[in-house]
Amino acid sequence: MSPELLLGALLAAAAVVFVAVPFLRAKDPPEPATPPDEALARAEERDRILAELKELEFDHRTGKITDADYRALVSPLRRRAAALLPAETAKDPSEQRFSAPRVPSSRSDR
Amino acid sequence: MPELGRAALIVCLGLAVYAVVAGAAAALRRNRRLAESAENAVVASFATALVASLVLLVALVQNDFGLVYVADHTSRELPLGYTISAFWGGQEGSLLLWLLILTGFSAAAVLLARRSAPSLLAWTVPILGGVIVFFAFMLVAVSSPFATQAAPADGAGLNPSLQNPYMLAHPPMLYLGFVGLTIPFAFAMGALAARRSDELWIVVTRRWTLLAWTFLGFGQLLGAHWAYVEVGWGGYFAWDPVENAALMPWLAATAFLHSVMIQEKRGMLKIWNVLLVIGSFALALFGTFLTRSGIISSIHSFTESSIGPWFLGFIGLVLFASIALVLSRLPLLRSKTRLESPVSREATFLYNNLLLVAFCLTILWGVLYPILTEALHGEPVTVGPPYYNFFLKAFGLPLLLLMGIGPLIAWRRASLRGLGRIFAWPASVALATGVLLVLLGAGSSIPGLVGYTFCAFVLASIVLEFARGTRARHALGSSSWTGALASLVGRNRRRYGGYVVHASIVLLAIGVIGSSAYDTVAEQRLRPGDTMAIGGYDLRYRGLEERRGANAQELRAVVDVSRDGERIGTLEPGKNRYFAEQQVSNEAAIRSDRLNGEDLFLIADQIDADGTLFLKGLVKPLVNLIWIAGFVFLAGAAIALWPDAREQRRLALRYGRAEALARA
Repeated sequence: MSPELLLGALLAAAAVVFVAVPFLRAKDPPEPATPPDEALARAEERDRILAELKELEFDHRTGKITDADYRALVSPLRRRAAALLPAETAKDPSEQRFSAPRVPSSRSDR
Repeated sequence: MPELGRAALIVCLGLAVYAVVAGAAAALRRNRRLAESAENAVVASFATALVASLVLLVALVQNDFGLVYVADHTSRELPLGYTISAFWGGQEGSLLLWLLILTGFSAAAVLLARRSAPSLLAWTVPILGGVIVFFAFMLVAVSSPFATQAAPADGAGLNPSLQNPYMLAHPPMLYLGFVGLTIPFAFAMGALAARRSDELWIVVTRRWTLLAWTFLGFGQLLGAHWAYVEVGWGGYFAWDPVENAALMPWLAATAFLHSVMIQEKRGMLKIWNVLLVIGSFALALFGTFLTRSGIISSIHSFTESSIGPWFLGFIGLVLFASIALVLSRLPLLRSKTRLESPVSREATFLYNNLLLVAFCLTILWGVLYPILTEALHGEPVTVGPPYYNFFLKAFGLPLLLLMGIGPLIAWRRASLRGLGRIFAWPASVALATGVLLVLLGAGSSIPGLVGYTFCAFVLASIVLEFARGTRARHALGSSSWTGALASLVGRNRRRYGGYVVHASIVLLAIGVIGSSAYDTVAEQRLRPGDTMAIGGYDLRYRGLEERRGANAQELRAVVDVSRDGERIGTLEPGKNRYFAEQQVSNEAAIRSDRLNGEDLFLIADQIDADGTLFLKGLVKPLVNLIWIAGFVFLAGAAIALWPDAREQRRLALRYGRAEALARA
């Protein structure tokens, strides 16, 4: 057998061992959790609304949106956010940053 | 060493087949051990492709002409850099590079997703394995780079036009882009096969798509510069089918990168996004097929080609299977939200998508039409630059305008009053620029004038976005203006990185318009001592010089260049005669003006034995902005790609909580 063929055989053997590693373990690997569709859809919708509120707030601060447009857009979003936020997240400081922003009183339509 | 290379490819094929079969069985039976074993097979396939690639690389560097591929694409006189670039200079080597990158990306994607999204991998692994099977099979059975022969004394050498430093980077860059589009495709199809309706696949593949798109875009720009300095016809993009082959998936991926934001922000366009991912991947395969099958030069070489029918079959299979999967999952992909107003950010993204896809399809039709007419009537009907340039203006100018409009409009809807206020400043800048350009004489090209006015509008809107955003951040408590700018970009890297990319497209547009709509061309027959004038330059032909290069005899026409009576340099256009390849190439000479971005481009069209020179000169205003745009593009892409810890925490919270719910 030529050295090259021997190297090829070693490569094949190493590949087989690597592929077989999961079968050589004593314990079954944990099954990855597949979240229920509704839970994920709710989490995604919640994040989407919170991100929209945050962006709306920033657009308003930068003057991209008039006060009238802002007021018309923010109320339905707040209602949606309130409906999607479970009670326990209201106490979560990481999420409070995204919670419904207040309408700044200083800005007026130019 | 060829036996080792062949053995490595066979093992790679075996591993990929195993990944498909074991991965699918594991997904159906929910067998975790089998699934991890299939994942390991994908990872191991990279190691085997790497071994095969190293074998070919060593053979190239050692001039092992016993390998047909090495003898066909290198010679003893070929410099080392070009000998290495011969790896992707031929069909078999470039397929091996495809496989190497594909297995490398697949292994990295599997290893990363094992930590961040293990539940997505079940069907993704067999799909990745399926693509690897195709390329490994091609290399094992159809187009092997390890075919051997009795070694000749020397090789045939490398095509002279490929002997350029850009060839060291341009093809690998394009392949990184083409192959990178496999990852979003595999995850999207994997999510659909697993009947998942959530957006985890978008989160997992976001950076992969952006990375592939960046490589594809920058690779094309490198290719354009290579064509400009090496091919020597004075242009950088000729709507050649091979160039179009790279442009089409880039356009489709550009559309996806925009439309996926509508899905993330509003939960809309789910079907459209999946179709764009399929389209981008299929167009990447089509580009590889088009480049390597021989179909472009002649329909007959396609029938003789061993690779073409396989590729066509695979593209057909990919399209059929993926569209069938999308159709079977339509209820999962229906979105609950609708477009609220035709004047909103999402609406401008939608218009942008329609224009990008329409442009992509017109290019595809332009590429296919000559092939179809030759197949049907025996005579190809050529589709030339006027066809493509018409659609470039028809779709490109509105796209340019939308690039300025989109970022300024709010999501959901905007009132006319708000629009008037927000557009006042950029529109005024655009109008003032247009008037100024007319006064400066730029009215000679109406598309050029319109294009520059739109460019001014987009740049003004980008500046406005940064200025207003920075001011708002500063008002929120940032200690300094630079801190406010850094905070602005850092908090939304994708958006502000995207604006920098938009700025690069504007620079590109300025360069393309300047160098094509406002260029000057002159041709003249010159004897030594004769002079010629072009675009403010005076040229004086001194005579011929001949010298021996590393692997070619170089003939140069020495031309003195003056402007306003002052000598500013010497240019030496000419021709190279390559020894091993027995080919002659045109060597253009270029003088770049760094102050105004203009190039003087000289081509020695014909050199007679008596020293008479047929000289072609081109003055290309602003052409250097095209190359600068490449670096701005990279900077913007890097900003968008940079990891955002805040966003990762938010996503971990979203999917972590959802997965915790699943375990409960």
